[in-house]
Amino acid sequence: MKQTAPQTIPVATTISAENSQAPGKNFQLPEEPLVVIQSSSRWNLINLKDIWAYRELLFFLTWRDVKVRYKQTILGAAWAILQPLFMMIIFTIFFGRLAAVGSSGIPYPLFALAGLVPWTFFSNTITASGNSLVGSAHLITKVYFPRLIVPAAAMMAGLVDFVLAFLLLAGLMIYYRVTLTMQVLFLPALVLLTALFGLGVGTWMSALNVKYRDVRFALPFLIQLWLCVSSVILPSSAVPEKYRWILMFNPMSGIIEGYRSALFGLPFDWPAIGVAAVLTIAMLFYSVYSFGKAERSFADII
Amino acid sequence: MRPIIRVEDLSKLYYLGGSGAAYSTLRETVMDVARKPLRYLRGNNNSQTLWALKDVSFEVLPGDVVGIIGRNGAGKSTLLKVLSRIVEPTTGRVELYGRVASLLEVGTGFHPELTGRENIYLNGSILGMTRREIERKFDEIVAFAEVEKFIDTPVKRYSSGMYVRLAFAVAAHLEPEILVVDEVLAVGDAVFQKKCLGRMRDVASMGRTVIFVSHNMAAVSSLCSKAMVLWQGKVEFPLGSVEAAVQQYLSQVHKITKMKLAERTDRQGDGRVRIKDFATFDGQGNELEYLATGQEVDFRIYYSSAETNVQNVSVAVGITSNSGGFVSMLSNEVAGGTFESIARDGYFTCKIKKLPLMPGNYTAGLIIRSNDVIVDWIQQAVTIVVEPGDFYGTGRMPPPTHSGVLLEQEWTLNGSK
Repeated sequence: MKQTAPQTIPVATTISAENSQAPGKNFQLPEEPLVVIQSSSRWNLINLKDIWAYRELLFFLTWRDVKVRYKQTILGAAWAILQPLFMMIIFTIFFGRLAAVGSSGIPYPLFALAGLVPWTFFSNTITASGNSLVGSAHLITKVYFPRLIVPAAAMMAGLVDFVLAFLLLAGLMIYYRVTLTMQVLFLPALVLLTALFGLGVGTWMSALNVKYRDVRFALPFLIQLWLCVSSVILPSSAVPEKYRWILMFNPMSGIIEGYRSALFGLPFDWPAIGVAAVLTIAMLFYSVYSFGKAERSFADII
Repeated sequence: MRPIIRVEDLSKLYYLGGSGAAYSTLRETVMDVARKPLRYLRGNNNSQTLWALKDVSFEVLPGDVVGIIGRNGAGKSTLLKVLSRIVEPTTGRVELYGRVASLLEVGTGFHPELTGRENIYLNGSILGMTRREIERKFDEIVAFAEVEKFIDTPVKRYSSGMYVRLAFAVAAHLEPEILVVDEVLAVGDAVFQKKCLGRMRDVASMGRTVIFVSHNMAAVSSLCSKAMVLWQGKVEFPLGSVEAAVQQYLSQVHKITKMKLAERTDRQGDGRVRIKDFATFDGQGNELEYLATGQEVDFRIYYSSAETNVQNVSVAVGITSNSGGFVSMLSNEVAGGTFESIARDGYFTCKIKKLPLMPGNYTAGLIIRSNDVIVDWIQQAVTIVVEPGDFYGTGRMPPPTHSGVLLEQEWTLNGSK
């Protein structure tokens, strides 16, 4: 009695032997080791060469997140638009009249949405990347790749939603006949700043989450509070001049006002944006540091 | 020839319990800080350490297929994790002169909602393949997994066999210079396992370097060109001939099974009941040192219990042949019923009317559970030596090459005796 199944092995083998770049017997060993494994410093995490080598994994993880996110939902990706849309309607009903003074002649719905779209991107990024490391335990304990890709992919998936929501904002701008100025060219830089600050906070949260699972519960609450001080509902000019400098410590306030300046041709608050950029870079460095620490103990313990 | 892998004085220290808890909440940390002064006063810091690897050194030449064998907890998995860059060593260093792919599990990162096609791309990229590499091998992977018809179906609808086949197929088409494999062969049906072993052999014959960890001595013997034995984190038998390493491993197992069960510390379970001893008797109640095929045998497991009333007790003996395969599981739970409650001291007896084991050496693990909770578990607890015996009452035995187990049988010609 001969089994038939094993006969398929030679078939598969010949194919792979043909088109493989197999090292074969004459494989030349490199002079220097490709990888040296030893107890290292935390800063090894920012191995940009390594991250670049795994850029396709970043793409695939982002693609997976986008693909899976709206599975088994009826409205699907429309949720990316509905979230800021409903928030805008609610804000308009409650704060519309109150804000009329400060919103520099911009119709309040447009004012609110221009703040809500980047805000939603930011809050989704810190929520998703904050939970990403714990959520990827099964990957981290089984295979090597630069761990920073995990929160970065969560941020990238948020970027896709951001683009969808931005279409809504563009539609509303056309409806209100907003004329664009050259200032709109600053938009990509602002998106980059939002993404990097979100990544910084999210990465830090994901590191904290490894040690303190409180983060998962505290984060939604923190986001609610943060929304109130980020110039989303009311312009920063609504804050008395005496206290306005405090807003400078919240990069999101400067960034969101920056979006409005870029889109509606209002003057930029350069000091606020400058401080936001500096804080973003500081946040990134700190979060990468604490991430490296957390990620290592994470793989060790499991 | 220069080595492709060089491991120098590799050590890995783990903190157990105490401060090394997997995760905590803020409250616990606050409590910890409050307790700390007390802990200093008491002078014990409550955290045990374990050297999972200690001063491990070896060199692997290109094209070697290295088997790493050792008992549970010998440090095999830790070594693989260090080589795969999942955990960092505490001291020492590893130099890798080639691309490494590690297979500590098949199907890492498979997402149930995604289709077979999508999962091939996702899993492939997680394992370190480029998109072009995956595209090039896509058809081959699908053919290997035999899932052509379901390639656009979400994998959550796959049977477990299909799932495992697809997962292994992706992994099998990795083409690194160094492949690190951990017992993934323990999955799937026999035909597929054979296919996997064949594939690993091909990988090796293409001149790649393979590091393979397994409990299956038969697989190690047939696959590996060299082997190494680890024991409590240290190299017990340095990288060398496979036969010698397997011998060393078996004698190590034999040595530990000679220890008194009551003194064994490598046990798991909550300890309410402790296995004290294991002995074998013939039908007349005479203690036996060696068993014979076909003989009536009583296995006796002596225990003592810390509590007076341990309930719903199940006892099992898992018998493994020394070539690595699982032979049989004796269990009161499946064969009769659990014991409702047991006294503080006593023994369980399992009677085998006619021992169907072929002559040879076997290892048995012992486990006691109460209400499905493990109370005591010793792996590789005892060695059982079986001598030739007259199972069929004919004075004849099947040839040792056709070993396995003996079954009671009756033959007729054209349906009549």
